[in-house]
Amino acid sequence: MYSYTEFDDAFIAERNTQFRAQVERRIDGSLTEDEFKPLRLMNGLYLQLHAYMLRVAIPYGTLNGAQMHKLADIADKWDRGYGHFTTRQNIQYNWPKLRDVPDMLDALAEVNMHAIQTSGNTIRNVTADHFAGAAADEVADPRPVAELIRQWSTDHPEFQFLPRKFKVAVSGSPHDRAVIKAHDIGLRIVDRDGQQGFEVIVGGGLGRTPMIGKVLYDFVASEDLLPTLEAIVSVYNLLGRRDNKYKARIKITVHENGIEDIRARVDARYALIRPQFTGVDQQILARIEADFASPVFRTAPLDAYTQAYDSDAIFRSWADTNLADHRAPGYAIVSISLKAHGATPGDATSRQMRVMADLAAQYGHDELRISHEQNVILPHVHRADLPALHAALKAAGLATANIGLISDIIACPGMDYCALATARSIPIAQEIATRFDELKLEHEVGPLKIKISGCINACGHHHVGHIGILGLDRAGVENYQITLGGDGTEDAAIGERAGPGFAANEIIPAIERLVFGYLDLRQDPSETFLQTYRRLGLAPFKAALYPEARANAA
Amino acid sequence: MAKPFTPKVVTANALLEGDVIYQTGTGWTRDLTQAEVLTDEADADLRMIDASQQTDLVVGVYLAEVDPDPLPRPVHFREAFRAKGPSNYAHGKQETL
Repeated sequence: MYSYTEFDDAFIAERNTQFRAQVERRIDGSLTEDEFKPLRLMNGLYLQLHAYMLRVAIPYGTLNGAQMHKLADIADKWDRGYGHFTTRQNIQYNWPKLRDVPDMLDALAEVNMHAIQTSGNTIRNVTADHFAGAAADEVADPRPVAELIRQWSTDHPEFQFLPRKFKVAVSGSPHDRAVIKAHDIGLRIVDRDGQQGFEVIVGGGLGRTPMIGKVLYDFVASEDLLPTLEAIVSVYNLLGRRDNKYKARIKITVHENGIEDIRARVDARYALIRPQFTGVDQQILARIEADFASPVFRTAPLDAYTQAYDSDAIFRSWADTNLADHRAPGYAIVSISLKAHGATPGDATSRQMRVMADLAAQYGHDELRISHEQNVILPHVHRADLPALHAALKAAGLATANIGLISDIIACPGMDYCALATARSIPIAQEIATRFDELKLEHEVGPLKIKISGCINACGHHHVGHIGILGLDRAGVENYQITLGGDGTEDAAIGERAGPGFAANEIIPAIERLVFGYLDLRQDPSETFLQTYRRLGLAPFKAALYPEARANAA
Repeated sequence: MAKPFTPKVVTANALLEGDVIYQTGTGWTRDLTQAEVLTDEADADLRMIDASQQTDLVVGVYLAEVDPDPLPRPVHFREAFRAKGPSNYAHGKQETL
């Protein structure tokens, strides 16, 4: 994987020195909060409900063991012994003290990590398919170009004060695991007549006005990608609305001006700036690609795996839900669930981080990934090692067999931490997971994605949940709205609102009615919740959710 | 007719620790029950001006509604979480209260 050059090291060190001085000046009173706030946000530091929060970028979700160990050390030394992995492949520390943050940033720099541009109206951490470099269906590894975009966008002088934040996601597979259609720019590596290039999607996003991204170009050659991105962001920088925060994202710019108009403007800008890209970016990309050379995979007998699979029901259940197809024969992609029933989605203790780091070193070519679904991935594990790996995960409370199932819930921090939240998310996720574990139903229910946001900003991706839950404040009481039929994959769809919201004590029974309704409605156990919803539409699900309305109508 | 003024406390986050604090008559406390309850709008305005000037100590000053008797208690659930801490771990103020 990528390791910092001298330039990167010097740049991060300088930024950290600057920020240390800014913190000192804030503390000694030379800077007011109004002056300091944009500076701290540029370095990922928020002030939340109970404390500061430091958001650290995990570029394209990729970590090595040493980096994960450092995240654990930081959690122990300056926080409360845990970290929260987010839907944008970041890690958040919920309890840092202002004076300690410069030290935390220096510690991160030791392992080539930083918190730059994890907030503010800039190009944010570039996310990627968490199965990158490993997926059986992949055209090419999206991480080298994601790293190129990270380097291009970091401290880009033209793009430090965009109308609003700007998020880019990259996938190298036809199956979209990176929610690229809900990003400001989504990129998908495609192969056309043996030439590699990118499908470029713009104007997707969730939040208060959810939009599915539109195809701006169906094919951009690799060497033209960076000037294309620069042209898009440049057009947005001038055209995007700065008069209204709620209309400032590029999704609104695209919606209001139309994709043809945007394309014409981007074409014109591109023609102007293309000559400035003389190929240096392609030389840099070639060096980056060398850093992402594939591990050397081994061949080994599968007896240990087959034996465990046939004889150990717990291992089999885990293997059936938590493994995905790897491109190399004999290998598997392992998803480690951070969604133990009743636990906080996306949280890992420092002990668990160290266990995962050590297991990655021992069995997984020292690679870890963070998924936007708030789980940890070991992308390259030989199946022969899976029984031993599973046993070690089990001992650390990390062997929950629920990937893609009803308890594998995305939840934003909600009002338990977030200053913007209008209701809590975490307890709702905990209760749903606990309830369906009690019912012993989740494997029978099958693939079902529940996503919970604690406010309209939709960090919990509720719009693209098969079942989406949005927490609101209704006259001083937490209230939860349900949307149905959302989808964050290549068939992206925004969920439809089911009807009136539910109080906190009504939401779990409501979800239960919905799931039992689905079990009655599906044609057979192979028809998933989303397929059933697409076949039948909202009405029968609504009837299951609101039985009183049905009784009253009868 | 103007809405009657309801009892409030001045609250903010501490600059260094980031945690929730409330104004007392003489300074700041981390315990809502020790906060000074303001029942007069003019007093509240003065307290706000005073608090907002203490930029070397506090961030994000505002007035939060409280139920004053017998000791100040939060009215809105957001303030209840601020006064107590998150619900998923026993972290924050609930550790010491």
